[in-house]
Amino acid sequence: MTDVTLETELIFEWPVFSGTQFGSEWERVMTDLETFQSETRAWLEENCPMSMRTPVSIDDDACWGGRNFRFSSEDQKLWLERMAARGWTVPSWPKEYGGGGLSKEETKILASEMRRIKARSPLTSFGIWMLGPALLKFGNEEQKLEHLPKIARGEIRWCQGYSEPNAGSDLASLATKAEDEGDHWVVNGQKVWTSYADKADWIFCLVRTDNTGAKHHGISFVLFDMESEGVSTKPIKLISGNSPFCETFFDDVKVPKTNLVGEQDKGWTIAKYLLTHERTGISDMGMPTPLNMLAKDKLGTDDDGKLPEAMLRHQVAEHEIDAASFVFTLERAKDQAKAGGDIGAFSSMLKYYGTEINKDRHELIVKVNGSDALEWEGQYSNDGEIARNWLRTKANSIEGGTSEVQLNIISKRILDLPA
Amino acid sequence: MALILNEEQQLLKESAEGFFAEKAPISQLRALRDAEDEKGFSEDLWAEMAEMGFAGLLVDENNGGTDFGVVGAGTVAESMGKTLSASPFLASAVIGAAVVKAAGSDAQKQELLPVIAAGEKIVTLAIDETAHHRPENTQLKAASDGDGFVLTGMKTFVCDGHVADTFLVLARTSGKAGDTSGLSLFLVNKGTGGLIVDRTSMTDSRNWAKVTFEGVRVSADALVGPLDGAFNAIEPALDQARIIIAAELLGIAQECLDRTVEYLRERKQFGVVIGTFQGLQHRASHLFSEIEVTRSAVLKAMQMADAGGDIRWFASLAKAKASKTAELATNEAIQMHGGIGMTDEFDMGFYIKRARVLQAMFGDFNFHADRFAACSSY
Repeated sequence: MTDVTLETELIFEWPVFSGTQFGSEWERVMTDLETFQSETRAWLEENCPMSMRTPVSIDDDACWGGRNFRFSSEDQKLWLERMAARGWTVPSWPKEYGGGGLSKEETKILASEMRRIKARSPLTSFGIWMLGPALLKFGNEEQKLEHLPKIARGEIRWCQGYSEPNAGSDLASLATKAEDEGDHWVVNGQKVWTSYADKADWIFCLVRTDNTGAKHHGISFVLFDMESEGVSTKPIKLISGNSPFCETFFDDVKVPKTNLVGEQDKGWTIAKYLLTHERTGISDMGMPTPLNMLAKDKLGTDDDGKLPEAMLRHQVAEHEIDAASFVFTLERAKDQAKAGGDIGAFSSMLKYYGTEINKDRHELIVKVNGSDALEWEGQYSNDGEIARNWLRTKANSIEGGTSEVQLNIISKRILDLPA
Repeated sequence: MALILNEEQQLLKESAEGFFAEKAPISQLRALRDAEDEKGFSEDLWAEMAEMGFAGLLVDENNGGTDFGVVGAGTVAESMGKTLSASPFLASAVIGAAVVKAAGSDAQKQELLPVIAAGEKIVTLAIDETAHHRPENTQLKAASDGDGFVLTGMKTFVCDGHVADTFLVLARTSGKAGDTSGLSLFLVNKGTGGLIVDRTSMTDSRNWAKVTFEGVRVSADALVGPLDGAFNAIEPALDQARIIIAAELLGIAQECLDRTVEYLRERKQFGVVIGTFQGLQHRASHLFSEIEVTRSAVLKAMQMADAGGDIRWFASLAKAKASKTAELATNEAIQMHGGIGMTDEFDMGFYIKRARVLQAMFGDFNFHADRFAACSSY
């Protein structure tokens, strides 16, 4: 899971206008940015606790926020509060919604200054990288004022209610039913693969408000409190062990109609918008340690400086050629989007390729580590970290739309093949 | 730098695509092959390409070139991959020009670059000696002789060697096969005594050559770049050529996909258009993904080549990835076309044949995967 989406990556870019074109205006902007940079650097130096400048390595290191969140340290709490007070948990959101109101260039500078001191993200949140963008685009003013500041301050933790037992890849077949009771709906049904449902305070959820037309019609995007009567959750254990995934049950849950986002029956548009965010997010797993370095750490090198196992070396090289080409593809997609190109269904290709690459990477990590990779418990293996991570990647090409669904989308929307 | 073509490069791409589609569609290659044309390309086309500035894309304006750099030359090569337009572009405008630029003296540059850019002379590199590209294994011997050198040995897989006016010959002046030091580069003109050129008609219906050197005497000023230091001197030029070849392979892969998708939309079996079959849709979509990922690697390498610096890692990445993808694309195209893809009457065969030759040129997938790993110190 990552909080870096293609969209948020887009803002980490230097302004592209050139000095000669904009003359003094350009100089003024650059001076302002330089001032912003030096002020930001000084503020971070003073306010980012030293313990928040180390890499996030275990689950407890990530700050999820929410009503019941237990901070793993005072520093973690302090860091969130300080950043939230400036709106810097969501630097580019407007100030009235709890954001920092920063320009793209300023947001980029903030990110780069944070990277410079290796500062952790103060808040990891589905509210920030999934619901927030959707509310900003589709929500009404009351909804934005009600929910966005609480997301920004880490007060409310959100989960996503999309998949159902009979609506996975075919998400639009979802059956969770919302019955019209005048000023509210009564929701009945079941969701599955709800990440952190057991820890979330609120849910953004797809429900069926009409089942008379085509399946993409009649879906509505609603928000409700997980403490509402009739909501229950049950964690799912995976082949990799415990997981953040849950089954979520709704039994006569009352949802006020004011909690509808966008138009009734037209929630599919919002769902698709969110899925595109999720897809690009899953495809962009950040920059992990290069596989060849993991292999060299484990196996060393021979007199020629090569990995000692020729076939493994070949496999690593083949993987890294694909992986490097993919990283440049993310860069190209970003630059294309920035230049005004529509990347649209291209995100399906990124999701497909990125997740398949990640699965391949973990297969190779297991090969590199041999039998050590297959330990399941104990201190030596950090409770089977390699094995569990490897198994977890098997879901990469299932969640957020399976590889096969992505290939269907490419066929239809890019190659224009008949259905 | 944004990883997309800029406006100028985009215009060049469009003009190249238009030019080759009109002046040298694949039917031209077929006609040349059927006529068993000894040159294997149209002189008129080459002259027109030079007029368009395509022969001087890597040559600076002072020497009569258009100076579009590797991004420009790669973009044009990609267009050629789509139509398989035959010309000495790769031999002379790419590898000949790049090597002279990288290693030549000012006098050599002034003598050769303008005639390359004008398409008046064909300058090519003679480097391979065995069926596998291994420059450090060069054995062709250049012995010091008075104020010159005498070259003895043989070269194979010399691109457009059958029509070359001048050969850039990699030779060993010291050390032994396997050493990267001790190699030197010499200019040898067509017609020099002891030089024997045998045309080799290749699978791609293009012409290459085996060149034998039976005591070929050249003067001291035929030396290009430092004595014993040619390997390092020409490596950046070789890498530029590898990247541009990768671009042509990309064009081939893209054309194979485009033709295949078009066929899937039209061909009917079992009473329906075969493009409705998910088995074929997924093959095509996977190929699309591989081509897009390859496009990024090739463009990145082209831009890095123009930016200068050490481009070995990028060149091997691009050549390896493009070789693999072109292999996939040509194989998949035939499979998805079914029986008609196997017929000579249909054009698909030309693409797979050209692809394999380019895949082998200046190092195949295995060569570059190995070098890619070595560049990352493993």
